[in-house]
Amino acid sequence: MAKSRNSIASILAAAGIVAAGVYGTASAGPDDNQLIVEGQSMVTEAAAPEGVEVEKIYSGWRFRSSETQSLQMDDFENPAMPLVDIGTDIWGTEDGAAGKSCQSCHNDASDSMKGIRAGYPKWSDKRGKPHTLETQINECRTDRMEAKAWKWESSEMLSMTALVGFQSRGMPVNVTTDGPMTKWHDMGKDLYFTRVGQLNMSCANCHEDNYGNMIRADHLSQGQINGFPTYRLKWGGVGSSHRRFKGCMENIRAVAYKRGSDEFIALELYLASRGQGLSVETPAVRN
Amino acid sequence: MWKYSAVLLAALIGTNSAIAADTAPTDVKINEGEISSSLTGKAGDPASGREWYAGRKLGNCLACHQTTDLKELPFHGEVGPPMDGVADRYEVAELRAILVNSKEVLGDETIMPGFYTFKAGVRVADKFQNKTILQAQQVEDIIAYLKTLKE
Ligand code: HEC
Ligand code: HEC
Ligand code: HEC
Repeated sequence: MAKSRNSIASILAAAGIVAAGVYGTASAGPDDNQLIVEGQSMVTEAAAPEGVEVEKIYSGWRFRSSETQSLQMDDFENPAMPLVDIGTDIWGTEDGAAGKSCQSCHNDASDSMKGIRAGYPKWSDKRGKPHTLETQINECRTDRMEAKAWKWESSEMLSMTALVGFQSRGMPVNVTTDGPMTKWHDMGKDLYFTRVGQLNMSCANCHEDNYGNMIRADHLSQGQINGFPTYRLKWGGVGSSHRRFKGCMENIRAVAYKRGSDEFIALELYLASRGQGLSVETPAVRN
Repeated sequence: MWKYSAVLLAALIGTNSAIAADTAPTDVKINEGEISSSLTGKAGDPASGREWYAGRKLGNCLACHQTTDLKELPFHGEVGPPMDGVADRYEVAELRAILVNSKEVLGDETIMPGFYTFKAGVRVADKFQNKTILQAQQVEDIIAYLKTLKE
């Protein structure tokens, strides 16, 4: 439906009937800008993974204004980079009864953590369910360092997921969805298409059917998660993908699931699978 | 005593009169894409309707529908078709049905919410449980406003 409307809109626009398009806003579609960060070229569009009903997949970066885009192109301007530095400090700091730091076991993060984030969420036999980076890091803290678990959205956790994620920047998202992950993938897919809240919408209504369109002042993207944790101008800080899911659910007047809940882990896995092949952009900048 | 209850009654009527006379959301029937009579028994007021139409916490219609009549306001969405000329495309009874529950008229797949129905998604937030997005009179007011949007 959305597609046929778009083409009508473009015919009208071409005929000069809808001259300026939308008052005070940009026009539809992802832009053609190239994301090059510190000389490294990022993949911001790719063929749609099997079963994903869009023509192509696009990073959320392609839908942001050029001002927001440029913040991510230069590490000195990227407001999330200080968190990566804090993560580096924590990496080397001993904590917990075992007297260990992350470094004690993993040495240099830039070697040991390379490519890790691109494959998360990832199955854990020990847990009997998928690990997100957060749960994996907390497992190392509680079981191996005998330290306290960090809260999901704490600055320590965000610094560490930013640091670990940063080591995959530029590498393609590549999650496994078969074997024991199948069930989780399917659960996430169900959630993605389930209408929630008083406004009675699913994630797909906005991010699959209407990406490229303006909804009020917002240019709808595909809701990809390749940039998380992400600095969001509206938050004035960095947040996890689960925080974003929660915000979107609350906007449609639904009770959100909890951060770290099975539902959000499943949704994270499914969304990651919809972004297979896009570059990890951690830490990204959005508005 | 009598005086007091009269005052009380007047106060109740003052705030809730529309609700008392309204057709309850569960009693509204859509017939072949139409609802012929007013949900409140009263006509709508287009000036108020214009306000509900643009209000972010109310209709928020502007979030999805570009509307030249409201060009003084920024940020018109493009998720749905522009509303210019909608008065020529639809009768009042059809507009009422679309607003009450778009899904029954435009199709199950539509992203447009139903504004006077309890048919919502799962996990509705507590403060919106068993509430409609708009009040009956607000729906009537918006319809009156839409009828002013002629080509
Ligand atoms: C006592 C040693 C030890 C310490 C200290 C430790 N880890 Fe680990 N970590 C491990 C081991 C062993 C594994 C592999 C677990 C497995 O494969 O099941 C692991 C796995 C991981 C992984 C997943 C790697 C993958 O291949 O998916 C991440 C991420 C990680 N650790 C992060 C951290 C962070 C961050 C810290 C500090 C907060 C930390 N670890 C502290 C031993 C440690
Ligand atoms: C009413 C429309 C709407 C619905 C429904 C919706 N979102 Fe969003 N979402 C937005 C808007 C607007 C933004 C900010 C602009 C953008 O990136 O699309 C956003 C952003 C996001 C982002 C950030 C994308 C990035 O590049 O960082 C993610 C992830 C996301 N949404 C996930 C979800 C999930 C999961 C659901 C379902 C639970 C959902 N959204 C439902 C409107 C919606
Ligand atoms: C979340 C987006 C959204 C919101 C909010 C919304 N609509 Fe819609 N509306 C749509 C879409 C999309 C369509 C087209 C039908 C379809 O393809 O689903 C539509 C169709 C319509 C139509 C039929 C128009 C035509 O030309 O066929 C009318 C009338 C209408 N909307 C009025 C309203 C009014 C009035 C409001 C506010 C009370 C409103 N809409 C709020 C998305 C929305």
